[in-house]
Amino acid sequence: MEYFLELFFGGLTRGSIYALIALGYTMVYGIIQLINFAHGEIYMIGAFVALIVAGVCTIYGLSGVSILILAGIIAVIYASAYGYTLEKIAYRPLRGAPRLSPLISAIGMSIFLQNYVLLAQTSDFLPFPRLIPDFAFMEPVAHIIGSPELVILVTTFITMILLTLLIKKTRVGKAMRATQQDMNMARLVGINVDRIISLTFVIGSALAAIGGVLVASYIGQVNFYIGFLAGVKAFTAAVLGGIGSIPGAVLGGLVLGWAESFAAGYISSAYEDVFTFGLLVVILILRPAGILGKASKQKV
Amino acid sequence: MTDMLQNFKKSILVSIWFVFLTFPLMVVRVNTMNQVVVWRWTNLVWVAIASFVLSYLWRYMLARQQVRKKVADEGGETRSKTQLLLEDMSFRYKAMGIILLAALVFPLVFDTYQSTIMISALIYVVLGLGLNITVGLAGLLDLGYVAFFGVGAYSYALLNHHFDLGFWISLPIGGFLGCLFGVLLGFPILRLRGDYLAIVTLGFGMIFKVVMENWDSLSFGPSGIANIDKPGFFGMDLNLANSTIYIYYIMIGMVIFTILVTMRLRNSRIGRAWIAMREDEIACVAMGIDIARTKLSAYALGAFWAGMVGVLFASKTTFINPASFTFMESAIILSIVVLGGMGSILGVIIGAFFLILLPEYMRAFSEYRMLAFGAAMVLMMIFRPQGIISNLRQTYEYKGSKEKINND
Repeated sequence: MEYFLELFFGGLTRGSIYALIALGYTMVYGIIQLINFAHGEIYMIGAFVALIVAGVCTIYGLSGVSILILAGIIAVIYASAYGYTLEKIAYRPLRGAPRLSPLISAIGMSIFLQNYVLLAQTSDFLPFPRLIPDFAFMEPVAHIIGSPELVILVTTFITMILLTLLIKKTRVGKAMRATQQDMNMARLVGINVDRIISLTFVIGSALAAIGGVLVASYIGQVNFYIGFLAGVKAFTAAVLGGIGSIPGAVLGGLVLGWAESFAAGYISSAYEDVFTFGLLVVILILRPAGILGKASKQKV
Repeated sequence: MTDMLQNFKKSILVSIWFVFLTFPLMVVRVNTMNQVVVWRWTNLVWVAIASFVLSYLWRYMLARQQVRKKVADEGGETRSKTQLLLEDMSFRYKAMGIILLAALVFPLVFDTYQSTIMISALIYVVLGLGLNITVGLAGLLDLGYVAFFGVGAYSYALLNHHFDLGFWISLPIGGFLGCLFGVLLGFPILRLRGDYLAIVTLGFGMIFKVVMENWDSLSFGPSGIANIDKPGFFGMDLNLANSTIYIYYIMIGMVIFTILVTMRLRNSRIGRAWIAMREDEIACVAMGIDIARTKLSAYALGAFWAGMVGVLFASKTTFINPASFTFMESAIILSIVVLGGMGSILGVIIGAFFLILLPEYMRAFSEYRMLAFGAAMVLMMIFRPQGIISNLRQTYEYKGSKEKINND
């Protein structure tokens, strides 16, 4: 039972990170139907910036949670800036081009950003300082769920509530939903669609950066290549839940996290990724539009 | 004058933005082990200058593209002179003859190293042409194409290792197994469309790699399979140089074979069904085309070439391991198809040479070549989205005189 709970919380932690990154994919996809392949790279850049800030702060004598918060904020700012620039350079000129063009552009951007970080920093795995302290009150349950996991769960939970509020309650959120439904119509009622798209990229990138910082401080190392697998997994989560749907991304992330955790724990950790994609294939066969996705109607 | 000032102001702003953007990654380098921070301020100056110049260039290119688009909208001639020349059949035949001749004497003129590079470029030509069937003609996005390539390579490696089967017998077997896996992948995803398809194919590619890495008893795991036989030439023992030349000629033959078959396929009944499916699936069904069969055949026939050329790849390198079959390879093959011009055979060939030879000859700048590769993909999509050679569809014109119609 304890082993089960450990796997359960491990999967939950992992899944909530997938969900954070998947949200960025799903939001962008919902608006411009683009698989933003460079999204994983934004996540990686977020983690790297956090590492640099944390490193500088540690050396100049700050410590503990204050660094984590500072590093997190700066990482979010930078990741958002990168996301904004990315959209402006690589995707905006391709609005209205055939579907495959932005996809190739995204793959190109992903390669570019990876190699940019590789050249500017290093190809080695860099150790990420342990910034999350062990809370005393977590002691009794530490063998099931540790303090870092708790921090990750709480942070992602708060972030998702804020995101939901932003989308459901604010004017900007309303504009985003309108743009998602019908871009031309949104333009007609006076929404600045370009700005909304930029904003979507900024929000998605910020979420990815939060995920990046949390994962980096949890796993304890960072490398220029971490974005790829995280990106693919998160995209799988988004598709699993039904791409374009925000609750779908969260659900997909959690399902994926649990599936991986249990498969690794009970069956075989080497074939973890096989289970991930196997699950994806099975769910898509049963529900071709994902778990929560609406089957798109075809009009003739 | 104000124009110039405005441009200048814009470029300055872009420059400042990029300085801000690249500051932490380009300037700071921390070493948490030894507690040292290295500040590299000179990098920032380069970023500032480069982004300033590039922003001018960027705006100039975008403006030029706008002009061209306008000409096209007004029905003006947008085809360049080279494009018109390419449509001239007599020129085409002459050019093809010259290229064929050059290809045939190539290994005799240049050394083994050059031939080896050329072989890998030719391998990608075949891969590109194969994927062109799935993506370019049938419009089914495939991000895991490299798995079929891997299936071919592994089938030859294993057959050779366990049963001592030769290259020529394995070649069709590899192609056939590729085909089989294509159908296997095709079945579960018949109902999916667009991006769902993309992620499942990507997953398929990843599954292949993970299985090959971990199923030690079958594939020998990450250490791979070594000592695979090179293709035999009537039982003769060839030295390295000669066997490279031999493989080169096999490859040339294979490329020609692929070109002929894909060209014929495109204009066949099934080829037209693919194009129809790409353009509009619903209309295609309404015309009585069996979508399931068309989709499966697109995957199978696309995968066939990958399987076959995989056999050749294994025999060329004599060593394979799962690291050769990553997503990056799939991405490169897909870029070959898209950069070359979807559906265009000549475009795919040029695209393959461009993408494979360029990094190869840029080894001097080896650190920067992948950076340049990524940037080239983005720029190409923005400034020439139709690819190097845009695929011209056959058009039919009425050539008789108009008066005759009026008389009826």
